[in-house]
Parts: sequence; C-alpha cells; structure tokens
Amino acid sequence: MRDQVLGTVAELIRSKNAGPFWITLDVFLANDADYRRVSAPGVLDEATIARLYQVPAGQIRVFRLPSLRAIKISFPRPTPQGSFTDRDMHAGQQHIPLAALRLPPAP
Amino acid sequence: MILSAKASDMTVADRVGVVVPVGMLGGGFPRQTVKRGIALGADAIAVDGGSTDSGPYYLGTGMARTSEAAIRRDMQILLTAAREAGIPLIVTSCATAGIDAGVDWMAGIVESIARDERLTFTMATIYSEQSAATVLAALDAGQITALPPAGSLRASTVLRCAHIVGLMGHEPIAAALDAGADVILAGRATDTAPVAALALRRGLPAGPAWHAAKTVECGGLCTTDPRSGGVYVQIDRTGFTVEPLDPHTSCTPATVAAHMLYENADPFRMREPSGTLDTSQATYTACGDRSVRVEGSQFEKASQATIKLEGSAVAGYETVSIVGIRDPHILANISTWLDILDGTLNDHVQTLLGLDRSDYETQLRAYGYNAVLGSLDPDLSTPREVGVLLKVRASDQATATAIAKIANPGLNHLPLPGMTHMPSFAFATSPAEIERGPVYEFVLNHTIDWAGPGELFRTEFREVANA
Repeated sequence: MRDQVLGTVAELIRSKNAGPFWITLDVFLANDADYRRVSAPGVLDEATIARLYQVPAGQIRVFRLPSLRAIKISFPRPTPQGSFTDRDMHAGQQHIPLAALRLPPAP
Repeated sequence: MILSAKASDMTVADRVGVVVPVGMLGGGFPRQTVKRGIALGADAIAVDGGSTDSGPYYLGTGMARTSEAAIRRDMQILLTAAREAGIPLIVTSCATAGIDAGVDWMAGIVESIARDERLTFTMATIYSEQSAATVLAALDAGQITALPPAGSLRASTVLRCAHIVGLMGHEPIAAALDAGADVILAGRATDTAPVAALALRRGLPAGPAWHAAKTVECGGLCTTDPRSGGVYVQIDRTGFTVEPLDPHTSCTPATVAAHMLYENADPFRMREPSGTLDTSQATYTACGDRSVRVEGSQFEKASQATIKLEGSAVAGYETVSIVGIRDPHILANISTWLDILDGTLNDHVQTLLGLDRSDYETQLRAYGYNAVLGSLDPDLSTPREVGVLLKVRASDQATATAIAKIANPGLNHLPLPGMTHMPSFAFATSPAEIERGPVYEFVLNHTIDWAGPGELFRTEFREVANA
C-alpha cells in the first residue's frame, strides 16, 4: 500500500484550546489495526509534533488511550489565545498540519 | 443570611440528579427537554454561562458574548421550570467572563422574568472578581503560583489588568444552597462547579461528583447528537449515570469517555480548587441503549486549595483593512507580493511617522492562502482568490490608523516586480481603515492560595417577591 496521510486514516482529528495558553490535538482511530499503526514507535511522538508545529519537544505531552483508540497531544500555545498574532481564536483549525502527516506503509 | 425550612433538603443523600440543559447559557434548547429532565427526578438545574474561549475581549470589557435576548429566552424556560419543580437553579460564570457587573446584569434579567411570571424565591449572587490589591498582597505573601507555561507573576502585570476573576469551585455555591437559595447566580467558576456543588453538599464522594460534572459541562457534547439538547446525570456513592434529554439521542461509552479529552490538556487529570480528579481507573459501561454508567473515578485532595486567576489587560489599539485579490498573476506570486508589501510598509512607517519597530506591530494575513496556519501550512498551492487582512496595533488609535493609511496605497495598487502597469485591488470597505478600539490580552495564568470559605468570594442574598 502506498503512503497515506493521517487525515485519511483517522476517524477524526480535531484541535482546540485547552484554556488560553494551551492547545490540544485529538486523534481518533476507527479500529485497532489503525490505532496500532499510528501508535507504532516513531510515528506520532514528541519529535513529530515538534517538527510539524515548530514547538520545543520538551513541552509536548502525548497521551495514548488504547481503550478509545485515541491519541491526545497537548503543548503550550505558541501565541496566547487572542493575542495580536494569534491566527485561530479557538485553535479549531490547528489539526491540519497533523492531518497531513505521512504515515509509513501499513504492514 | 437566610435560615429556612429548606435546610432539611440539604441532608445527606444517596443520589443527586442534575439537569444540564445546554453547554452554555444562551445557546438555546427545546423546552420539553428540561421537562423531561425534571421528570427523571432532577434535584437541580445547573448551567454554565461563560468561558474564556471567545478571547480576552469579554473579560477585558465585561461584555457578554451572548445577546441579552438569547439569555432571557433560556432563563425564562429554566427559571419557570425550576420554580415549578421546587428545585434550585444554578448559573455560573454569568455574562461570559463572570465579572461582578455580569452577575448583577444576570440578576436584573432574572428579576425581570420573575416579575413577568409572578415568581417568588430566594436568590443568591456570588461575586468572584478580585482586586489588584488582593492579588498583590498574595504575591507579596508568596501565595501566587505560575501554571505552565507562565513565568513568575510581576506586580506590573497585575496592575495592567482591566478585570481579574478567580474561578470558584463548588464551595461558595454549596454554601448558598445550604442557606436556602433557590436561584444562584455566580461569577466566574470552574465549568464543573455548578454540577458538582449539590452532590458534594449532600455528602456524595468527590470522584464521581467531579467526573460527572466534567462529563456534562458542555451539555449534549457527550452524546451522539450534541445539537439535540442537554443531558441528565445522576450521581451516587459509587459512580454516575448519564443520559441525553432528547429521547432520540444516546450516550455511548465512547462519547462519554471521549469528553474527558475535550478542551483538556490532560485526559486523565483535572484540577479543581480543592484537588485533582483522576479518571485513569474509570470504567464506562453501556446501560441499555441510551445511558452510560461510570465508576472508578478518584479525587485526590490537595494539601493547599488554590483558585485559578484570569486577567485581561489592554494590549493597545487596533486598526484593520481588508482587500481582495483575484488577479491570477498576483496570486501565483502571493508570497512575494506580501513580502514586498510588508517591507515597504515598515520603511514608510518609520520614515513618515518617525516610529521605531518596537512602537507598533503589523501583520498581513492572506485568507485563502495561509492566514490560518501561517508558516505551518502544509499546502501552499496557488489560491484562486485571497482576502488580505492588514492588522495594525499601536499604543493609541490615531497611530494605528495612521499606519493603516500608510499601508493603503500598497494594499490598493502594489505591483509585482516586472509589471508594466499599476494594478488595483478590491477594498472591502470605505474607508478601508476599520478602527477596532482597544484590544485585550490574557495576562494571568496563575493560581492564588485559598484559605477557604469567606476568602475571595462574596455572597449576597435577596428575596425576589412577586405575590
């Protein structure tokens, strides 16, 4: 199978403020196989997020919730909500760089 | 303080049912959904009236995000239903930001509805605005803690704030219930406090109470159809059970468990003033087709109770202009066009107005190209049409507008290198410069130590009588 992006594999990817100073991204997978594929080492970790969002890896928190087949990522907002250079008041469109992440081929 | 016969209602209970009609007051909901919740055995109606989610303007100015008409419509339904059923109505974070004047604004609406509907009840108003003096005294006493990613709080930051509020937990609300209040209008509170208050007051354990409250704080968002209305939650000694108020909508273990992820940095832990909810051991089980049973939620009491502070300060004055570009040649080179415009604008501002780069800020956003994601955008293909928003911020309105006026000829006519004619673009408005007035920023991300009831929050009672 050729490379796929996370946005076409995931059931839902969303982003939102977690208070005015944090952003949080949720990825929901539809089945255990997709969850295992996305949870595999090196696919979706702090280094990946640091590269996609240009934020320091040390500030990124990644949570894995196998029972929900979900991965949650949180990091401090690069610009506080509503500040002059904030482009997205609710941070509701910040999942797009993550959705464009290329996944390794499915096994 | 009112001591009433209602005190007997506040004895220890085995279960407490709460109707949450909507995620935010003013959002609207079908009247019959509230009736259904009351028929299920509700002991209270609880609703959150605020949020920081719409930005720092609301706390900075004290204005409500929701229209008075929308608040009045929702409150008319809730107030009449609660009084008819004889159960308390709890509204927190009144008028979006929960400043003191917002609580009084809500009280005025409630009294007006009560006159129209000829209702009589005891009303408590709870105020949560904090003076700079209070916060500065706590800062001096070492009772202010920064939350990540904030640094230590500076006194100058506190003094800049137009308004500061503290997010109350359940305690002031529970105390008002204890004193016999039928209607409680509170200032800023945690989103969960209005739901947890009655259950905690009646002696139910904190784990189920706070987890139930987090689950339902956005109304129907924990269901399969968030638009169908709110939810009913029943909290007991070992857990809670939640179901939608609309009979055609369901809660599933996945919709309920997933709500712990929503707008939360950590999906397992959530801090309240008195401690931390831990849902890592919680189990979610379907109960029939429409409800979900949750057990195993824990609550770790904190050694020091803390109140989260929110503060909003004027960050300057803003002027914006909007121009549309449809010409394919410009659009094929939109990034170059924006770079040239940005460079010439700053040159001209510094030359013509004698300003230094630190005296003002400008930003050009190309909507249709990369306005939303900026340098993070993974797709920078040629757009079909672009709306360019120029944002200017300066220390006063006249300077911000003067800078936008200097940008005007470039926004209107800037050619690309090599073009032999002067193009004209599509301004959206006349004048092109739109003055936005003062703009605000959130400047506090800190907690203040809380010694307990009597500190930081103030409660007033009044009898609303319409015989």
